[in-house]
Amino acid sequence: MTDLSNLYQDIILDHYKTKHHSGLREPYQVEVTHVNPSCGDELVLRLNCSGDQIVDVSYEALGCSISQASTSILTDLVIGGSVSYFLELNEGFRVMLEGHGTIELDEDTYGDAIAFNGVAQFPARVKCAMLGWAALKDAVIREQAKGEGSD
Amino acid sequence: MLDVEKIRGDFPILDRVIGESKLAYLDSANTSQKPRQMVAAVEDHYLHHNANVSRAMHTLGAEATEAFEQARAKVARFIGAQPNEIIFTKNSSEALNLAAYTLGSRLGPDDEVVVSVAEHHSNIVPWQMACERTGATLRWFDVTDEGYFDMDKARDEALINERTKVISVTAMSNVLGIGAPLKQIVAWAPQTAVVIADGAQLVPHQPVNVADLGVDLLTFTGHKMLGPTGIGVLWGKSEVLQSLPPFLGGGEMIEIVKMTGSTYAQPPHRFEAGTPPIAQAVGLGAAVDYLSQIGMDAIADHDHQIIAYALERLREVPGLRILGPTSGDRGSVIAFTLADIHPHDVMQVLDSHGVAVRGGHHCARPLHERLGIQASVRMSAYLYTTKSEIDALIDGLLDTLRFFGASTILGASTPGVPS
Ligand SMILES: Cc1ncc(COP(=O)(O)O)c(C=O)c1O
Repeated sequence: MTDLSNLYQDIILDHYKTKHHSGLREPYQVEVTHVNPSCGDELVLRLNCSGDQIVDVSYEALGCSISQASTSILTDLVIGGSVSYFLELNEGFRVMLEGHGTIELDEDTYGDAIAFNGVAQFPARVKCAMLGWAALKDAVIREQAKGEGSD
Repeated sequence: MLDVEKIRGDFPILDRVIGESKLAYLDSANTSQKPRQMVAAVEDHYLHHNANVSRAMHTLGAEATEAFEQARAKVARFIGAQPNEIIFTKNSSEALNLAAYTLGSRLGPDDEVVVSVAEHHSNIVPWQMACERTGATLRWFDVTDEGYFDMDKARDEALINERTKVISVTAMSNVLGIGAPLKQIVAWAPQTAVVIADGAQLVPHQPVNVADLGVDLLTFTGHKMLGPTGIGVLWGKSEVLQSLPPFLGGGEMIEIVKMTGSTYAQPPHRFEAGTPPIAQAVGLGAAVDYLSQIGMDAIADHDHQIIAYALERLREVPGLRILGPTSGDRGSVIAFTLADIHPHDVMQVLDSHGVAVRGGHHCARPLHERLGIQASVRMSAYLYTTKSEIDALIDGLLDTLRFFGASTILGASTPGVPS
């Protein structure tokens, strides 16, 4: 069972039980729907931003503990921060998850998200952990594209 | 009665240890494990008889062609068919696509195609594509809350009528453990309609005779019946196959090719463009030999006993809901949900016990939606499954409840979970 508690750290179970910032809220500029087609996890995520500032990220999700906790922790990390900071965090998170356990996240930067260090050893669950992050990145890209389109 | 211990000796993978637990492989509906005899047949073919088929005229070419056509004959015999009614494809998805594409050529805007809400995606999407291409309308059987085909509703809706050109339904659902009432559906079908059965989960587990099934086309897949991946089968009544245009164009499927146009080979070769899966066919031939030697009746009996035992033991697990009927005559799968614990998480805890199951929507999203859930866990049995593997599943499920249920989701006191 050592393996299993590597994956399901208490932080993850706590966020799963009590999701932060969950529910869909107004106002927002972009809404995206992301799914994990292999398991049917579905996530609707809204981004409310003002310039480079992420004002709010709200979401409604159906999914496993890993994907739900990951989205919850993501919102803690990025709400109130800048879009570019999120993109930086996202890149580090993705590289860690794809590193098969060779890379560890830094606690000062990543806070509760360090609980996902263990997920990297379960390649089948990497997609679950990335669901919310990929959705927010998509939302950011769409919002930026809008800006370019209207120029 | 099967000699399960002897059978397991032919499947070395079943002795694997996962982490610290003995493997309990309960995912045969996803893909079955492979006996040595099948692997040896593929090895022997590659090491001693390998050549291309038909177009190679030398001795090895003749041997390879003979082996390939013999495999076709074995598969035909296995389902009570003629060899020229057996088309080799890549898997059952390709077989269904072949059917949808070729039958699609005769569909028009006034026609209707009927599937069911319980189908695997591979028996939905090809028909959606055919309907989009031709303007035909896609309709479907609903199921009851218990998972049976809702024939009353179908009658009330005149689901099957004179516009119906194709009916394609599952002979055994990969989720519900029951299939469409094929006899009744065949009886309802108008003369001009083609009836197709998706046999991916039936043919590996029960004796099948196509004449008794009564359908026009039957699809199945080698890797779920002890065969290799990369080979599937479309069986069709000769006169139906004769009437179908080609699917993929290329070598082997032609009669005469001129730059101004070509004529096509007779079935089955008309539908087998290019170098076919030769070694895979040989492997599938060895797999059906293996199944036939043990006997499909005995295998069906064994599966039935294991499933009955599993249904009984699953009742001991609090918060477990079975999809489909909870008793009676069922196929070799049982899908279920466990309290509100996500199937991925259940699967993960079971994996830590060495128990391999599938978690997700099992390529049947519409069915899950119809049953009001997002996903499920599925265990499946086969000729090598033992009762002690079911016991390992039950232990794992109780542990899952302790891990997630009792501690986090259901509050501290999940009734009936021994700690
Ligand atoms: C009922 C059913 N139909 C079709 C398929 C598709 O089989 P394959 O993936 O080999 O094409 C499966 C298996 O996944 C199945 O269970």
